[in-house]
Amino acid sequence: MKLIRKLTLLFPALILSLLCLAQDKPVEMADTMRGNGRIYVVVAVVLTILTGLILYVARLDRKISRLEKDSN
Amino acid sequence: MAQTMTNVNNYMYKSWWKIASIVLLVYTFIAGFLGPVPHLPLLQETIRNLYFHVCMWFAMMILFTVSVVNSVRYLRTFNLKYDIYARHFAVIAIVFGLLGYITGAIWASYTWADPNKPAANSFSTIARDPKLIGAAIALLVYFAYLILRDSIQDMDKKARIGAVYNIFAYAILFPSIWILPRILPSLHPGNDGENPALDVKNDIDGSMRTVFYPAVIGWTLLGVWITTLKIRISLLKEKKMSA
Repeated sequence: MKLIRKLTLLFPALILSLLCLAQDKPVEMADTMRGNGRIYVVVAVVLTILTGLILYVARLDRKISRLEKDSN
Repeated sequence: MAQTMTNVNNYMYKSWWKIASIVLLVYTFIAGFLGPVPHLPLLQETIRNLYFHVCMWFAMMILFTVSVVNSVRYLRTFNLKYDIYARHFAVIAIVFGLLGYITGAIWASYTWADPNKPAANSFSTIARDPKLIGAAIALLVYFAYLILRDSIQDMDKKARIGAVYNIFAYAILFPSIWILPRILPSLHPGNDGENPALDVKNDIDGSMRTVFYPAVIGWTLLGVWITTLKIRISLLKEKKMSA
């Protein structure tokens, strides 16, 4: 009984060591994210932030242009 | 003076380079996340930070260069508008420098940290890195430029002392961020005379360059755009004061 318990403990340890070995060779990349297409969600979010910031800067630019016109 | 300051043919009022900046940045964000990258241990997907973190420093260096050129132009002509240009280019360069520093700290805490030690221990080794100390010195020297220039009331004295100090500050940049971190042992890529970011053999491959160089140009142009807005506001204020 005790031996069986010890052996069952050994099993996850072996699996874990296998996982560690597996990590050595191929470098883990975010392949699942690319595979199921979720990376596009990240791109969409980042692009939204970028467009928001750029619209803000463009609006500032136009406001300053109007001020310059008024002062001339 | 006011007429020469707001010349409509100036590049500040053109829009083609602003559109170029937007296009390049959108390309950077799409290709930066979706494009192919080399599979490197430890770095993994974080290598994509090259398009963001490294570009901050490139933009900072270009903007500081523009700033010092304008300081020299001021000292040659004593036209106050060049002093205003120099000041605002330095401010935006500092903003990019701070962003580069912060993003570098985030990146380093995931790639340089020793997983076998508590996080606090790793922090002490990371914070001691010569690249970080050098960058901090460079930024502090530029903080001093802003404090010195903005604390002088007299317009001409402000401009002259500011311009001379700006040249010194630019000279300090080279030992503190280009030379010293390359000589001293550092975790940052770029030791023993190798290239900090553009080492084809070890760090990045050719496909990354097709995103990296447009990214540098895009970020720099965005910095220039924001700078020109600040310059235009300053020139308007000057005009109002002299009117």
